[in-house]
Amino acid sequence: MTEMLLSVKNASVSYGKVEAVREVSLDVAPGEIVTIVGANGAGKTTLLNSIMGILPFRGQVQIDGCRFERLDIEDRVAAGLFLVPEHRELFTSMTVADNLVLGGFRTSRSSATAALQRVYAMFPRLKERRLQLAGTLSGGEQQMLAMGRALMGEPKLLMLDEPSLGLAPRIVADIFTIIGDLRAAGIAVLLVEQNAQAALRIADRAYVMELGSFVLGGAASKIAGDPRVVASYLGFEQGMSHQETAS
Amino acid sequence: MNTTILLLLAQDGVTNGAIYALLGFGLVLVFAVTRVILIPQGEFITFGALTYAALASGKLPGTAELACALGFVAFCVEMFSIRHQFTTGRLVRATALYILAPALALVLAQFACRGTSSATINIALSLMIVGPIGLYLYRIAYQPIAHASVLVLLIASVGVHLALQGLALLFFGAEGMRAPTITDVAASIGPLRVTGQTLAVYIVAASLIVALWLFFGHTVYGKALRATAVNRIGARLVGIRTVLSGQIAFMLAAGIGAISGILIVPMTTIYYDSGFLIGLKGFIAAIVGGLASYPLTAAAAVAVGIVEAFSSFYASNFKEVIVFALIVPVLLARSLSAPIMEEEKD
Repeated sequence: MTEMLLSVKNASVSYGKVEAVREVSLDVAPGEIVTIVGANGAGKTTLLNSIMGILPFRGQVQIDGCRFERLDIEDRVAAGLFLVPEHRELFTSMTVADNLVLGGFRTSRSSATAALQRVYAMFPRLKERRLQLAGTLSGGEQQMLAMGRALMGEPKLLMLDEPSLGLAPRIVADIFTIIGDLRAAGIAVLLVEQNAQAALRIADRAYVMELGSFVLGGAASKIAGDPRVVASYLGFEQGMSHQETAS
Repeated sequence: MNTTILLLLAQDGVTNGAIYALLGFGLVLVFAVTRVILIPQGEFITFGALTYAALASGKLPGTAELACALGFVAFCVEMFSIRHQFTTGRLVRATALYILAPALALVLAQFACRGTSSATINIALSLMIVGPIGLYLYRIAYQPIAHASVLVLLIASVGVHLALQGLALLFFGAEGMRAPTITDVAASIGPLRVTGQTLAVYIVAASLIVALWLFFGHTVYGKALRATAVNRIGARLVGIRTVLSGQIAFMLAAGIGAISGILIVPMTTIYYDSGFLIGLKGFIAAIVGGLASYPLTAAAAVAVGIVEAFSSFYASNFKEVIVFALIVPVLLARSLSAPIMEEEKD
């Protein structure tokens, strides 16, 4: 088996007495797209935030074989781990270009210039709006900027938290195309999505999360065919209404 | 009133205003990055002024020892806070920053006050001593409560101010000090006499304003400090150490305060508690600028300086009253016009 890029073992996160994530273990190999699907409140966002170091947790996090659970967010960023959070956390009163430049804060100047060209090529819309303040962008553009900012740091693993949330279907399709392209660029992706159908279509492997634990894990195509998943998260025509009753 | 007096008062006002502008900038800078209202800014003026004056008169400044003591306390606080995340790299960094840097400044100060060192060396040494004091204060008093509300941080500031004023009395004594002027060059333009010292005030203020503008607008590190102010989590997610941003902001503010003190001390005698009142005038300018706008702060600072100059001529007993009363209409206008702002959540 190849060396894992990210390896999480027995992670548990508590808010006071409530355990939001219970004994979760997961792996991501280099260049792989892994998705975590599950209903609202299953603990997906909490899990990503704790892997990033924003939330304290019990358990182990290894990046490239090194232990990181005692190190800060900034150390994890330096190791190539980037999170595009649900709320995007952009520098709203600064320009698009400045947001991107700061994304490459830890990289050398020459590689930042190259990365900026790549991001502009990937998101031509950002290049058009580079002098606009980030806060004035539309939702889809802000999502692109958040992804572009993370890509400026030359991540080994990009964690995306609900990238399609609140976006128009056409833009969602664009964003999923770009996520697929990241695999070609050798960037591993850990994707948390409510849009399970789209996520399972592009992912290599998938985990299903319910009430803080993983209930299923395996190849994405296999998960997509699992009767329980079909019933709860896909369900084709009735998929959305099922999902809503589940949350 | 004749034109000569008018011009003299205006010149005096602009000179003081330039210094208040520098202090206002320090306040805006620190508030933007850390949300701390820097009441101890006045103490940095005192420390800068008295350190420079002591060095100029061949005495060892007490701040050199104070920096070592504060550095040691900061080192202990740092060691305690990283006890669960201990690495050799962190120990080396902490030792260099909190122990070796102030020790080096102390040794250099001992050398400098033995011989007759030039003004440039004295200024550099004063900054080397007072700048780190700002950083250590941040580490000791503010960093552990960096996520607290603005009000808690303000109260911490009051505490730090009182503590530092006591320490200033301990290290410098109750006697005032004055330093020789940086240069004795003087020229007359009509009725006005422009001395080298006032010229130095203008040049330093203008170049610091330009330097700060370049730093925040055009360098990655300056942008990183701004980003910390805009969105702390966002900043951490791109690898900006917000703790470091706070420390840099405090060091810059202490340095700015010290420069202001060095510029003032040849023109007026500075006592251990003089800085506070001077700092408050910079504070008024910063408030008028909404603790956010550098150009507004600069304009307000010059206005404060001019009002002060005229009121000390016409009603010197009420000088401070008039200056500080300026803030009332500004606060009233701001509270009526500005929308109610929710406390930033972290």
